[in-house]
Amino acid sequence: MFDFLGYEFMQNAFLAGILASVICGTIGVYVVLKRIVFISGGIAHFSFGGIGFGYLVGVNPMLTTILFSLGAAVSIGVSKKKVNLQEDTTIGILWSIGMALGIIFVGLSKGYAIDLFSYLFGSILAVSRQDLYIMAALSLIIISVVSVLYKELLLITFDEEFGNVQGAPTDALYILLLCLVALSVVVMIKVVGVILVIALLTIPASTSRLFSHNLRRMISLSIAIGAFYTSSGLVISYYANLASGATIVIFSSAMFLLATLYKEMKARKERRDMLGS
Amino acid sequence: MMEGKGGAAKVMSIEGLWVSYGNQVILKNIDLDIFENDFIGIIGPNGGGKTTLLKAILGMVRPTKGKIRIFGGRPEDAKRYMGYVPQRKDVPQNFPITVFEVVRLGRYSNRGLGRRFNSQDDEATLEALKSVDMASHVDTEISNLSGGQQQRVFIARALVNDPKILLLDEPNIGIDVAIQKDFYEMLRRLNREMTILMISHDVTAISSYVKTIACLNRVLFYHGTKEISKEDFEKVYHCPIELIAHGQPHRVLEEH
Repeated sequence: MFDFLGYEFMQNAFLAGILASVICGTIGVYVVLKRIVFISGGIAHFSFGGIGFGYLVGVNPMLTTILFSLGAAVSIGVSKKKVNLQEDTTIGILWSIGMALGIIFVGLSKGYAIDLFSYLFGSILAVSRQDLYIMAALSLIIISVVSVLYKELLLITFDEEFGNVQGAPTDALYILLLCLVALSVVVMIKVVGVILVIALLTIPASTSRLFSHNLRRMISLSIAIGAFYTSSGLVISYYANLASGATIVIFSSAMFLLATLYKEMKARKERRDMLGS
Repeated sequence: MMEGKGGAAKVMSIEGLWVSYGNQVILKNIDLDIFENDFIGIIGPNGGGKTTLLKAILGMVRPTKGKIRIFGGRPEDAKRYMGYVPQRKDVPQNFPITVFEVVRLGRYSNRGLGRRFNSQDDEATLEALKSVDMASHVDTEISNLSGGQQQRVFIARALVNDPKILLLDEPNIGIDVAIQKDFYEMLRRLNREMTILMISHDVTAISSYVKTIACLNRVLFYHGTKEISKEDFEKVYHCPIELIAHGQPHRVLEEH
């Protein structure tokens, strides 16, 4: 049944899926709890400019995407904390500039026509060994920062103002969190693409929220759920011959819906039992 | 250090404090001396600058003019002396975090960036939870508690560093009237060991428990007493108030 694992591209795909799950599980929890889903969308779409730029200058687009997504994270963070600019305006502008830049850069680059579609919707089956190394290095950075600054990230996610009173550098930590989101976006772009990154950042974390009472558990459960979503989606797409990124997103959403319904029914039953007793 | 009535030491002095946001003046020429074991209730209309005053004391809002001294130092340097309980609407109500973790976050200032909490922090956390009678709920998720219990947890978070001054912003919002008396009794108990500054809408309720009342509507009226003249009150609220006399409400609550 696991004959598909015989191909190197499938092995790479699974490893990429696992790395993406670890990252989206960890950072997604902060994205969901801190309510920065839209900001993350802005960062993801701006990073599309980086993909185009990579093609233009002829280096691995993942590397240029790192620069672009970090640039977006810092701009959004600084404009929110230091400049009196309305946050959703900044996000909206960066969102479209990134997409526009990407298209222009790709148009300027000579040579073979590239598959933009695969960057918009993901091409997990086209993950190369080099891509995997970059993803692994970024994941290592993200996980190290989160474990060293676990207490700080909890503080600013739960109650930023109180953190401020405590003398924590909350603005810097907020911008750092956005940078972690930016790096996560790069890790996930190959798996589900710019447009679907938001799904991986939010769906596993939201599913996990239904069954967790503290942050540590929410993160570990979210990683496990993410791994289950991406590998199941991948297997389904392989057998049904569907686009892998899109299949992962649809499968995750269906599972999240089921989990929400289950939770709601359980809560109703508990209420009924309590009234009945 | 200067001394006030009964020889109590001065913990805070505010002199000629002005705070503006842009062109809008929020606090106008505030003078206030606060002494050890004071329990001051600050009342006043919405938008009158009550929260801004607390934030200026906490060093979160910069004065446009004037100065605040806490134990002789600037607010920024006095953070370890102060415990702060923000308005409940500012605190997330649906977050996967246990009571213990919420309170321990108050120990951040003792640890600093990148250092893990240690057993000392855990002990201080338990102590603080005991002092608000919430030690039995350490592992409960905060969102599963009632409003009054949540408020006790946030007070424990403010107490976890043994503050000398406790600042509370509308602590009675979202608390059942039935348990408000217990809540204020708890504050009264804490007041034996620390100075308390509390913002409230609820004149009737607080007047039974605080020692003195200040009225704030950009300008501060404070005479170090619990009685406020009708003239001051009308100036603060910009309308005549017949009903509020501070003698009467005592009995209203005590009867419960």
